[in-house]
Parts: sequence; structure tokens; C-alpha cells
Amino acid sequence: MRGIVYLRRYWQLYALLVLPLAYFFIFRYSPMWGVQIAFKDFNFFQGITGSKWIGMDAFREVFHMQDFYRTLRNTLMLNLLDLIVSFPAPLLLAVMLFEARPMWFKRLSQTILYIPHFISWVIIGGIVYQLFGTQSGMINNLLDRLGLDAVPFLTDKTWWLVIYLLTGVWQSAGWGTILYLAAMTGINRELFEAAEVDGAGRFKRIWHITLPGVKTTIVTLLIINLGNMMTIGFDRPFVIGNKAVLDYSDVLSTFVYRTGLESGQYTLATVVGLFQAVVGLIFVLSANFASKKLTDEGIL
Amino acid sequence: MNNRMSNRLFDGINLILLTVSVLICLAPFIHILAISFSSNRAVTSGEVTLLPVEFDLHAYRSVFSDMTMIHSLGFTVLLTVLSTVLCMAMTIAAGYPLTKRGLKGKKLIMVIILITMFFSGGIIPEYILVKDLHLLNTIWSLVLPGLISPFYLIILISFMGGIPASLEEAAEIDGATPLGILVRVVLPLSLPVLTTLSLFYAVGRWNGFQDTLLYITKSELYPLQLKLYQLVQNNMITDLTANEGPGVTRAAPESLKAASVMFATVPILLVYPWLQRYFVNGVMLGAVKG
Repeated sequence: MRGIVYLRRYWQLYALLVLPLAYFFIFRYSPMWGVQIAFKDFNFFQGITGSKWIGMDAFREVFHMQDFYRTLRNTLMLNLLDLIVSFPAPLLLAVMLFEARPMWFKRLSQTILYIPHFISWVIIGGIVYQLFGTQSGMINNLLDRLGLDAVPFLTDKTWWLVIYLLTGVWQSAGWGTILYLAAMTGINRELFEAAEVDGAGRFKRIWHITLPGVKTTIVTLLIINLGNMMTIGFDRPFVIGNKAVLDYSDVLSTFVYRTGLESGQYTLATVVGLFQAVVGLIFVLSANFASKKLTDEGIL
Repeated sequence: MNNRMSNRLFDGINLILLTVSVLICLAPFIHILAISFSSNRAVTSGEVTLLPVEFDLHAYRSVFSDMTMIHSLGFTVLLTVLSTVLCMAMTIAAGYPLTKRGLKGKKLIMVIILITMFFSGGIIPEYILVKDLHLLNTIWSLVLPGLISPFYLIILISFMGGIPASLEEAAEIDGATPLGILVRVVLPLSLPVLTTLSLFYAVGRWNGFQDTLLYITKSELYPLQLKLYQLVQNNMITDLTANEGPGVTRAAPESLKAASVMFATVPILLVYPWLQRYFVNGVMLGAVKG
């Protein structure tokens, strides 16, 4: 009887959930079921269920591939360098914005600094080539006018790495200030006033009040970033990278695309994807564990 | 007195540093804009830096007269609107019931959803699924797989969960059904978060590239990003073959590429400043929960 009353009252809520749950099962869970092709000799004619089991053969093959280790190394290297180069920038920018005096100037700067976040990597890729191309890039044109030799920004591995990292800073530094600024606005005003009365200069106030005030934010973001070391977006390395710098630009996500969809080795590509997902999960869970230990708060 | 001076100095330097940051942020756009408005000759001989040289509209004329480009823009608008509407409908449908404390099975459903935030089948099984469903080269391949972002769903749930229960109870006493309460009470009160999430979905779809590369091979279904990528790609090839000696012809004039880049960027630049605060709100909402 209570069940009937309950259902009569709430059936609409369950009806609402039908399509979303169907979505999760079809588009999120059935690919997880499809992961079994990592252990099968997959081809489209026989399908996922029809293909032959091959045990760990594909894993053995992947773990013997030079390219796999190269992409794994690149993934970790690009992420780590990105963290080192891109992590301090938003904090620095946030401090500058927080201290910026005329309010309108602060607002205007924020509006402009956020823009790159909304530009797709494809467009950024186009812009990067217009700026740094060897033949007709703006920078090389300027160097040429100064009588200097052209610099192969995009075809030399090391230069490419520099451009890749700087592009990352350009794209993310402004948007990254939001959380810091929010934390800074949350700092008790009286602390600043008291420091001013005590004669503390602006740098002292930043060092002793502003920065400690965002310590938790810094630690949390750092941990999240470390947890995502194995995850790398596809668009950025794919669009900015090119054949000449594959040695550095080829990462797990682009490798999966190349082996899977360009060469049709679905099984091998699935193995790489699965490896990345599992190791990535371990990273994220460890990061969450560390976060709980350090800040008494999980990030999950 | 000394303190006042150093304060002023600090403000001045801070202002200068911020201005430089802002200019660095803008310079690439200004350069592309300048190229797009310059003559081919000036661009090829490398005379264009931040101002147009030999002001010329030919690049825009050819972009706007290129029917495939206009078609691609139209398709991208349709795709973005369609997927944003469906994403929001599905996210609301999933989110609202999950704000109800008494709902049986809620915990299980939450777990089902949360797991997908941390583990996925990966690109290849997803591709096989889309292919098996015969969605390749259809607009649905770009809409259906991303219908609900678990992350945005959680933002919505935490926002809706903050609406005072007394409001909903009052409506319930007046005889409103859960669906009626959702439409008349909860949705109007959730407007800020709904705007924010719609914008996130819309920008994500507008800028999305990887799935278009995987699922779309017919050129009449190329969204802008994919179309633009072809241009960038040509750029790369000319740059790579540059060292191999003369006789290599350029794929498309630089100014045309620049105009195309602007063509795809301007829609975002136009709407963004007005909607900025919603985007910022979204980050905060995400941070509170996440």
C-alpha cells in the first residue's frame, strides 16, 4: 500500500530518469563493455562479441612497441612541464589583478585575459602557425627584418616544446585566476587593514596575507593537476604538433588515434587507451587520498 | 610619506605589468586581424605585423562567397543549438529527481553516474559504438555521445538542492505534481545555473574538434573547427616542405586563412563579453562541489 502511494507520488521523477539512465548505459557503459576488444582480435565483420579471444597478446605487443614508450614519456613530460610553466602564471596574474587599482581597469583586464580560454585549439593552432611559421610567421618576418636567421620554431623539437608550453600559458593563465581571485576576495579585510596600520608595505601584505590566504586553493589545484598527469587532451598536441616534431608531440591520445583510426589496429589502440585509463584512475585516486591527508578535504 | 610613494610606485608597476599581459593576450588576435585585412602581396612579403598593410577586403569577400564555409557555419550553429537544447533537457531530467531526498534508488543512480567521471571505455570502443549505431556521418554522432556531462550534472544537482524545500512543499500542498513543481518553481529559480551550463555546453560543442575528426568524413557535414583544421593542416604542410627547396606552391593565401580564423572566432568574441559573469559563476559553482 505504501509502495503504491509512493509510486503515485513519485512516478514522474522516475519517468524523468529513464532517458538519462538509458544515455548512461548506452553511451558511457557500453563502451566500457566494449573494452573487452583489448583482449580480442577485433574486426568489424565479427563485431565485439564475435571476435576471437587472444588473451594478453595485444598487451604484450604494445609493451614491446617503441612508440608506446615514447608517447607515454611525452605525455608525462608535456604534462609535467606544463604544470611547472603554467601553474605559477595564474597565481601571479591573480595577485596583480587583486592589487590593481582603478576598478574599471581590473574589470577590463579580466575580460580580456579570459578570452583565450574560449578559443578552440584548432583556431589557436592556426594562430600559432601564423605567428611562428618558419616561412611566413610574424616572428620570423621580424627577425628577418633585423637581419637575423629564421628560427624553426615549429619544426625543431626543442623550439616546438617552448612554443607548446607558452601557448598553454597564454590560453590558460587568465581563466586560471578565477579561483584564486575568489579565494582572495574571501580573505578577511581586517587583516589587510591591520597590516597597513602596522606599516606593512604592499609586498609584505601580499607575502603574509594574500598568499597564505590562497594556500588551500594552491595545494588543491596542484593535487588535481598531479592527479591528471596521465590525462592529456587530444586537440592541443594534435593540432599544434606536426610530423617533424613527432618525437615530442606524439602523446597517448594522438597515438591511440593514429594506431586505431588511421591504421585500423583497433585492438592495439584499445589496449593503449585501457592502460591510460587504468593508470590515470590510480593517479586520480592517489591524488584524492593525498588531498584528504593534506587538506582534510577530498577533491572527488 | 615614503610609504605613500612606494604605494604609488607599486600601483604604477602593477598597472604596467598588467597592461603588458593584456597586450600579450591580444597581440595574436590583432596580428591575425591585420593579416586578414591586408593584401596578399604584403602578407607574403612579410610586411604585416599588427596593422593592415594595403588594406584589402578580398579575403573576407572570398570567405563569405565560399558557400562551403557559409554552409559549415550554418551547420555548426544548428549543431550547437540542437546539442545545447538536448543536453540541457537531459541534464535537467537527470538532475531534478536526484535532488529529492526521499527518492528510492537515488544513491545507486548517483554511483552509476559518478563512476563515468573517472573511468571511460576510451576512444576506440566509443567509435565502434557510434559506428555500430550507424551514426557515423550524421549530426547525431556529435550530439548523442555527449548528452550529459556528469560534471555539469553535479553542479546542477548541488544548485537545485539549495532551493528551499519549503517552496516546493507549498506547491505540493497546492496539488502540483513533481513535474509541475519542476517547471513552475525549480526551473525559474535555477535560471542562473541553467544559463551557465547552457553556455558551457554550447562553447564546448562550438569548439569541439576530436569527435568531428573521428565521426565526420563527409565534407558537407564538416563543422567549422574541422573545416578550419584542413586549412591549418595545409599551412603545416607548406611549412614542412619549405626546407625542401623552391617550387612548392602555397595551399591557400595567408590572408584567406586569417580571415577564416576570424570568421570562426568572431561569434565567440561577440557573445562572450556579455555572458562573462555566467561563465565565471560556473567555475565557482564547480569549485564549491568539486
